[in-house]
Amino acid sequence: MTDTAHALTNLTLKIWRQAGPHDPGNFESYRIEEISEEASFLELLDILNEKLISEGQDAIVFDHDCREGICGTCSLMIDGQAHGPQLGTATCQLHMRKFASGAEIVVEPWRASPFPVIKDLMTDRSTLDRIVEQGGFITAPTGGAPDANLIPVPKPVADSAMDAAACIGCGACVAACPNGAANLFTAAKVAHLNLLPQGQAERYERVEGMVETMEDYFGSCTNHGECEKACPKEISIDFIALMNADYLKAKFKNRKSLSRS
Amino acid sequence: MMTAGTTTPDAKIPDGALADKWETYKSDARLVNPANKRKFKILVVGTGLAGASAIATLAELGYQVEAFTFHDSPRRAHSIAAQGGINAAKNYRGDGDSVHRLFYDTIKGGDFRARESNVHRLAEVSVDIIDQCVAQGVPFAREYGGLLDNRSFGGAQVSRTFYARGQTGQQLLLGAYQQMERQVGLGNVTLWNRVELVDTVVVEDRCAGIVTRDLLTGEVRSHAGHAVVLATGGYGNVFFLSTNAMACNVTAAWRAHRRGAWFANPCYTQIHPTCIPQSDEFQSKLTLMSESLRNDGRVWVPSQVDDARPPANIPEAERDYYLERLYPSFGNLAPRDVSSRAAKRAVDSGRGVGPLRNGVYLDFADSIARLGKDVVEERYTNLFEMYERITGENPYAEPMRIYPASHYTMGGLWVDYELMTTIPGLYCTGEANFSDHGANRLGASALMQGLADGYFVLPYTIGNYLAPMLNQPVPDTDHPAFAAAEAGARSRFDGYLSIGGSRSPDHFHRELGKIIWDYCGMERTAQGLEKALSEIPALYEEFRKDLRVTGSADNVNQTLEKAGRVEDFFELGMLMCRDALERNESCGGHFRTEYQTDEGEALRDDEHFAHVAAWKWTGDPAAAERRQEDLEYEEVQFQTRSYK
Repeated sequence: MTDTAHALTNLTLKIWRQAGPHDPGNFESYRIEEISEEASFLELLDILNEKLISEGQDAIVFDHDCREGICGTCSLMIDGQAHGPQLGTATCQLHMRKFASGAEIVVEPWRASPFPVIKDLMTDRSTLDRIVEQGGFITAPTGGAPDANLIPVPKPVADSAMDAAACIGCGACVAACPNGAANLFTAAKVAHLNLLPQGQAERYERVEGMVETMEDYFGSCTNHGECEKACPKEISIDFIALMNADYLKAKFKNRKSLSRS
Repeated sequence: MMTAGTTTPDAKIPDGALADKWETYKSDARLVNPANKRKFKILVVGTGLAGASAIATLAELGYQVEAFTFHDSPRRAHSIAAQGGINAAKNYRGDGDSVHRLFYDTIKGGDFRARESNVHRLAEVSVDIIDQCVAQGVPFAREYGGLLDNRSFGGAQVSRTFYARGQTGQQLLLGAYQQMERQVGLGNVTLWNRVELVDTVVVEDRCAGIVTRDLLTGEVRSHAGHAVVLATGGYGNVFFLSTNAMACNVTAAWRAHRRGAWFANPCYTQIHPTCIPQSDEFQSKLTLMSESLRNDGRVWVPSQVDDARPPANIPEAERDYYLERLYPSFGNLAPRDVSSRAAKRAVDSGRGVGPLRNGVYLDFADSIARLGKDVVEERYTNLFEMYERITGENPYAEPMRIYPASHYTMGGLWVDYELMTTIPGLYCTGEANFSDHGANRLGASALMQGLADGYFVLPYTIGNYLAPMLNQPVPDTDHPAFAAAEAGARSRFDGYLSIGGSRSPDHFHRELGKIIWDYCGMERTAQGLEKALSEIPALYEEFRKDLRVTGSADNVNQTLEKAGRVEDFFELGMLMCRDALERNESCGGHFRTEYQTDEGEALRDDEHFAHVAAWKWTGDPAAAERRQEDLEYEEVQFQTRSYK
């Protein structure tokens, strides 16, 4: 069994159970006698699920996949914080050593109206894909690309684009926002592409298309800054300022003379 | 029990000199004119690099494309987790790289068990991949002058690996995903998310479509098309503990195998040398630490057995930098199979490190002293962070602990030069096929292959198949073969629910994985494999009698999904062990302890085993028929693979 010197004991998990999108849902309490501090938070749920199955009960549904903090599938509000208490960390990388024996831990799905609950802790985040469909790309059909070194990209620009591109699309920013806004997600994609020389041709169409699609589904940004704090990749809200600036410019730009600016 | 087949699969390799074959093929391939492309529907299953790149490109060309993923978003496919980089023969360093050298390194890295023509084509199109990805906005690492940066990977003596910090797979996948989403937005691609393939449908010796199960509603549904592409990844999760994502599975490939697609070289599995060691018995998965770390990290164990001192207290003279000692010319960048076995031997000799004595050190102290912490941080920041999150240890202050884990599978569905399986109209790309990596894949070559297949190979070869089908009727979903496949799938899933036993799918998966790891892992013996072949069917029988799946089939039920995947792993596991048992040689990731040199290196038998083993389903998972495709090398000579 687990090495008790490195184990937590006597935990209570209050987990949101909801049979389907139209079920009102409620919290259920589960008791965990002992768990190694080496376990990840999702392994705690795995162990609990094994127990539930052995007792003939339905396992708790939750989204997860890579468990390396990169696929963005996992979610979970843990004690009211998106991805839990450790900053810059997705739920799957959160380990039990960050908790104390005797704790009561509240586990909920993302709480944001653009992400309706499907079952238990699983939500529907497909609206994020709708934003990408409306400009979150550089039009570059396969086959016609020039040599990769033809366009030099200054290192600070490439680094900054990469900082923005690190977004894993998990939706924590939306879940943490009191308005359910997706500005950090959208801004990260806009900045990734609008900073790069390759992205300039579609820069203004992109920001218009993405921002306006975002506004169809999500709430408005009022600069709370909760998104930045919740982001497991620590993406800066400076990118939101960049997106807003580009959006404003897009409304004034004469697209026919873009090459002169 | 050699059941060498009478029928040799026809790989349809074009005539001509090796370097001209792909050009010749493209010149001769039949074309579908742009206005006619919209008359063809192509179903693509999987949205990782191989799938998303194909979906985007086929839709740009004008085909009707339907895309299927079991994730909530196509962007979550496991390609996203690839860390280190992507190879391309750009020779931007001027260090002697060329298409031929990349081709040769890949053949040699694969221990002379890959098809020469496919590998050469892969090396040729590698250069186009980098151009394409940069045009899409993939933020590769740059130098101060603004040009692209490179690093080295195992098994190569040139710097040909392009990278985006430690997130190269993520950035390449987002590039392909964005191109694909553009086509979704334009209405050229129909996207089906949260659905899983549960069968393929063959009508009159041609793939007519697929059957899927909706993971939210349980609805089983048919989809007909002119061609089907499986880009569904590898089967490394057969080991239970692997670096694969939790949902990675063999089901799509396996269900196609059961419908007549031959499965090639299932015993070629890659155990990656640099993963974080297991810390507890309930561990759900293992995490890779990118091979790129071996550019700057030095691998060592204490020279003495059972040396429990902290690493800092072990003097230089009492450390064994065993890779540098055994393989001086490649050192810490020896290829994966070689490095993994060396780590296993170090640990088996009692010199393992860490609380469970189950790892070796990967030490950055010298690099930090030479380059400064800032440089090391810039190169590997997210990897170091990930290590700290998982282990609670600071790798800047003390060496990482690593150990090999299942990571990639070179085997997969047999495909010809056009990437078509033995079922006409059914294609297989990326990790799911067997074609390019032989018995061992080199680092940074999986991303290369996935994108080569999807962007630059399949879009040419699929037209050659479709062109003669113009205006010919194809079976629709009202064909009885679809109804039969749907009924079979429904009864399979209802069956899992009605067993009413006592053990969960995960329980059986863990037990199966342990058998496969013990007997068909890093080192294999005939005796061990025979033992596995008696233990797996017995466990499989228990699975069928004592499985417990709670919940229902008409709702989200992750336990039920898992049950279907585990059943397919059972059948695959048997085939893996049979394949390993019948390949009486050691090559690449397949190491049979009976066949090794005096120095403990893999001993190939080119006279008897320079072939691909392709297995044909017979209805009994223990009695598949073994066929072989002989590997004929025109350009390279067989050599003993040496990295000394």
